[in-house]
Amino acid sequence: MFRILKKNLAVGKATLPYAPHAAKTTEGFLGAPEIDPAKCTRCGQCVLQCPTKALTIADHAKEARRSFYISYGDCIFCGLCEPACPYQAISFKGKFELAARTKKELCHELSSALSDVRKDKAFVSTEKIYFKKKPDEISAFRQGDFADKLTLEEIGESLSQKIQKLFGRSLHIREVDAGSCNGCEVEAVNLSNPIYDAERFGVHFVASPRHADMLLVTGPVTRQMELALVKTYEATPSPKLVVACGSCAISGGMFDGNYAVAGGVDRAVPVDIYVPGCPPRPEAILHGIFLALEKRQ
Amino acid sequence: MKMVCEALKEKFGNTIRELEGGTEKQCHVLIPRDAILKTVGFLTGLLPMRLVFLFASDTRKENKAFTLSYVFSHTQQDSFIILEARIPENDPVFPSVTPFLPQANWQEREIQDLFGLVAGNLPDPRSLVFHEDWPRGHFPFKKDFQSQQKIPRVSGQYIFERVEGEGIFEIPVGPVHAGIIEPGHFRFSSAGESIVKLEIRHFYTHKGTEKAGEGKSPSHLLCLAERISGDNSFSHAAACAQALETLADIQVPERAQFLRVIFLELERLHNHMSDIAGISLDAAFSFGASQLMRLKESLLRINERLAGTRLLRNVIALGGVRKDISGVQKQRFLEEIQKIKTDFDSIIQILWQVDSLVDRIEGTGQVKKEVAETLGGVGPVARASGVDQDLRRDHPYAAYKELFFMVPVFKEGDVESRMKVKIQEVYESFKLIYDALHTMPEGPLCSEARPILPLKSALGYVESPRGECFHWIATDREGKITRWKIHSPSFVNWPLIQYAVLENIVPDFPLINKSFNLSYAGNDR
Ligand code: SF4
Repeated sequence: MFRILKKNLAVGKATLPYAPHAAKTTEGFLGAPEIDPAKCTRCGQCVLQCPTKALTIADHAKEARRSFYISYGDCIFCGLCEPACPYQAISFKGKFELAARTKKELCHELSSALSDVRKDKAFVSTEKIYFKKKPDEISAFRQGDFADKLTLEEIGESLSQKIQKLFGRSLHIREVDAGSCNGCEVEAVNLSNPIYDAERFGVHFVASPRHADMLLVTGPVTRQMELALVKTYEATPSPKLVVACGSCAISGGMFDGNYAVAGGVDRAVPVDIYVPGCPPRPEAILHGIFLALEKRQ
Repeated sequence: MKMVCEALKEKFGNTIRELEGGTEKQCHVLIPRDAILKTVGFLTGLLPMRLVFLFASDTRKENKAFTLSYVFSHTQQDSFIILEARIPENDPVFPSVTPFLPQANWQEREIQDLFGLVAGNLPDPRSLVFHEDWPRGHFPFKKDFQSQQKIPRVSGQYIFERVEGEGIFEIPVGPVHAGIIEPGHFRFSSAGESIVKLEIRHFYTHKGTEKAGEGKSPSHLLCLAERISGDNSFSHAAACAQALETLADIQVPERAQFLRVIFLELERLHNHMSDIAGISLDAAFSFGASQLMRLKESLLRINERLAGTRLLRNVIALGGVRKDISGVQKQRFLEEIQKIKTDFDSIIQILWQVDSLVDRIEGTGQVKKEVAETLGGVGPVARASGVDQDLRRDHPYAAYKELFFMVPVFKEGDVESRMKVKIQEVYESFKLIYDALHTMPEGPLCSEARPILPLKSALGYVESPRGECFHWIATDREGKITRWKIHSPSFVNWPLIQYAVLENIVPDFPLINKSFNLSYAGNDR
């Protein structure tokens, strides 16, 4: 007993303070790719290297413009695009607080006149590029195989209504792994370690969906987890919030377009907050949770 | 290895033929289908030979038949022999080796589900990968199966093995569990508190990863490999990179070999830290758990500084590594590692003095050596049961040949032994990192990329924190990847848990499970 006490005293306080937006990451942390619009010529070289088509280009013949998109919901933060850019327009500076309410907010667009882009010697024609999905088709909730098991009146309820009902209480979260690689789980577990100690914000992870206010869902929703996810959603009392945590959960990530996955949590149940990252670091998950609660300021 | 090939030829005559395209360490031998049982039996009977894994591939385009491959390791000569048999499409039956090699059970069931080949005489032919709503007759790993297609759901039923008798009741657990862990189903049959049978049913997280890898470029394949099992990202990526490098005939520069060792050991450290923390938590000693989780976080922060990512992603590259450890970083790294080691030391000392913890783990969840060997157990789990094997020593890769380390082995096979193995391995990892940092030569980080060669196949392997992890990659005529087989340690070790829990009480299951700490994602892929 004495040894334990001694050790505890020797270690002291390990927990880091957390003020959203002021959270510092360790130097060296890559985070998300950021594009310098001044340097980027929309040539499309990086698009060829991107494994998940988070970077895409589309030529609009009518307006004679080329649009270049970066979607943080598809990005797996692999860093392959940085060396691919001939103009050093892509950099990784440790950005991680990316959570948003809609997928549209996660997708950024840059556009240029097509005639200018054509002059570029690094120009890549859109014919060479295979599109997983057109950026403007990024839709929100789409019903999955078990739509008949969902209670539909839930879907229309707006976020602020839900938050009003939840406001002022501590938050109980049920984590659901819908087929993740367990990377997201590693970080979700870390939320309760002494460094992040999410409990101090009133955030508790609970063992049953019946006690939960929020589902934190990871993974691309595999075919064999879809039913379990829908059942868990149904077992959670209303009002409930759903956070899609990680690139897989937002868009299917590396696994999209495969016979065994649905391709994102909103292919099965409605989602309120999307948290990009592969995996999102613990602060990023917390940021997403806070955003869900509108406790940001 | 030549000797083994000769012995095979001598015994079975000229129906057996060595195939071209092998390397110094990998010898391919073609055997007729009806000689599978005899040759596999013969090889497993040879003392230094061990069946590592078996898998199928759809080679109808190249050979007009499916191919079954049995990978054997020669433990004393650092080489592998791969037996290949062709299975014709119009008669897709192959003899099951499970009756005399129980370790093949899940592997043969998986081949049935994914390729539609039939294992004759397989004692348990139930579907393994696909659940009851998967319609019959769809085999996703066949080349003519379009991977984008959506397969309709049908109604069906999975029959669990049942134990019957007075007072026996069944407890189903999962797929969604109480803690923050991955999904899987466990069905216990128990008499009173004591478990008399456990049946594990997994593959909830099956994502068709191997199929998704087909046709990918090497750099994208590595991204996918990093996402097979998140906490073992670097191990899987390293194994995959090794296979690709053999295929492209790329020599990895020496500095990169040492850096790979450092990152591999960093991965082992953070995994073992959280495993020991988990055992401590499940034995209701939360002080140990939170202290070790704190150390784990320190390790993740080191990862982040050195690699840019907390799980050591984005480090590996075809032909080397993307990240260097500079002189300044090295100094700080060494200091931090030293501090963590001292910290770890004092926590472990406290752990061993907590009677309530030691009582819970001693003798709990035993796996006998015979069971571990028969089921082909690997990694710390096997080493805790007295099976002395470690790829780092037996088939050295990266720079392990130039470094000295011990392979801790314990006999009892209980939770305590598994914890001891992991604790010892943590110390060895500290030492390896220290030595590698000091002996690492200067030089380039990455060789120039070269295209992978057509119609070749190669093996890559790593002793991951959970045990041996193999990647096998084959290319087609155009040099595209046509088959990517991932053999993860969890896939081998899950069936062992079914034995470890017998005669233990149900409340001890989480503790036993934690001491194995297997990956669901790595198993299901
Ligand atoms: S988002 Fe990344 S870390 Fe999370 S489950 Fe998917 S692959 Fe794993």
